[in-house]
Amino acid sequence: MDVTDSMTALELESVSKHFDTPDGSSYCALEDVSLAVPPGAFISIVGPSGCGKSTLLNIAAGLVMPSSGRVRVHGESLGGVNRRATYMFQQDALLPWKNVRENVALGLTLCGVGRGERYARADDWLARVGLAQFATHYPSQLSGGMRKRVAMAQNWIIDRSVLLMDEPFSALDVHTRHRMESELLALWEQGDTGRKTIVFVTHDLEEAIALADEVVVLSAGPASRVIARHQVTLDRPRDLFELRTSTHFVELYRSLWAVLRDEVLKSQRS
Amino acid sequence: MKSSRASGRRHVVLAWQLAVGAGALAVWQTLVTLGVLDVFFVSRPSDIARRLATWVAGGTLWGHLATTLEESLLGLIVGAALGISFGFGFARSPTVAAVFDPYIKMLNAVPRVVLAPLFLLWFGLGIWSKVALSVTLVFFVMFFNTYQGVRDADRVLIDNVRMLGASERQLVRHVLIPSALTWIFSSLQTSLGFAMVGAVVGEYLGATRGLGYVISQAEGTFYTTGVFAGMTVLGLVVVIVSAGVSRLERWLLRWKA
Repeated sequence: MDVTDSMTALELESVSKHFDTPDGSSYCALEDVSLAVPPGAFISIVGPSGCGKSTLLNIAAGLVMPSSGRVRVHGESLGGVNRRATYMFQQDALLPWKNVRENVALGLTLCGVGRGERYARADDWLARVGLAQFATHYPSQLSGGMRKRVAMAQNWIIDRSVLLMDEPFSALDVHTRHRMESELLALWEQGDTGRKTIVFVTHDLEEAIALADEVVVLSAGPASRVIARHQVTLDRPRDLFELRTSTHFVELYRSLWAVLRDEVLKSQRS
Repeated sequence: MKSSRASGRRHVVLAWQLAVGAGALAVWQTLVTLGVLDVFFVSRPSDIARRLATWVAGGTLWGHLATTLEESLLGLIVGAALGISFGFGFARSPTVAAVFDPYIKMLNAVPRVVLAPLFLLWFGLGIWSKVALSVTLVFFVMFFNTYQGVRDADRVLIDNVRMLGASERQLVRHVLIPSALTWIFSSLQTSLGFAMVGAVVGEYLGATRGLGYVISQAEGTFYTTGVFAGMTVLGLVVVIVSAGVSRLERWLLRWKA
């Protein structure tokens, strides 16, 4: 590992991805995407629907192999599933047959932590996300927002340096969503062992700006690429309920929307 | 409030169920008494009840019942073990599944009655020929449900546990097996019914014990009361066992909304 490698937590080097379609032709989802994320940074990726945002994240997770190009995690080339990252999905990914406590502790179970310690740590996390009384409930007995909190605890309990998030709050109503965004930032900012590196995919520009240090805009598919990168220089900690009306926020929104708007229109035309 | 309303509803349903049964028996009894139906062909409820009472009092019923239940249970266990293993193996290796697909379909299409004499020849008149017949019925239900359950496992759940650090073995244990089990439990009622059908048909075609044997003996002497009495026992047993299985299923799948 050389000096420059340790500067990035996650690096995509001219990554392209082609999928074979059922009619035998090939669909290019991503074309020559390069991206470097410094450790402890929170970056958002926005783009119109169908622009390959999820594919990008799946490649970073090691769940999908790029057709060409390379992924580096803390300088090391990624060959299989990304063991330095966890992934929060858009859909519910809790195991429906395990109760809340067992779901939170799942990552610990998988690496062989004994039951006593596992449950104690899970209960700590449940208290942190405000679900202490729901430890023995099953996911089907919780609301959408509560399930997302369980998923956050599940992702946070194993101490991985990178967190990949694929529109995690898009299925929630707008108020619950704002609350979850605040809780996410609170968890991230008070990271016990240094801040996690977060890559947050969303189609909502407002959410992207409100949360991130940097917003990356992808072009409309097929063959999406990075067309803009903007630093978000808003102070932290951020008050998400006030932030959206501040002049700085509105300026950023305007300049990014100018780029994104054309791509959204393009994606709707095709 | 809700639970008392639910239990009230259960009572109403139960009352109606009893009323329907009693009504049907009364109509039957009346038609035979009036001479509309010939007692030789359809017997009559009061005779059947008397017959059952003799069986119970004389103790002959329990031995036959125990044999049938033993065969059914063995058939269920062996059939489930084989069906689940094969279902799992096929679901995990698509090539094997593709190769064997037509053979599985062919075997499943064979009417089991045709197999019964073969099994008698191979496994003798004892319980094992009946167990074998049960197995051929239970196997396919379990096989198809396991196969489907594993194939149907949610992609997102699989990706999530892999990201959380699961090895292949842990993936099987924490996602694929539980996912398949929900299908398997849901088919437990069907499997159990099939297990009993297999056992009884086997006994009917050649045995020295069991409910199927009792029914076939009665039929051999045109003793319709005995046939109906045997059928009644079989029906009652299925209802009782089903109720037990329903409870088990509710408990095992308690995490479902």
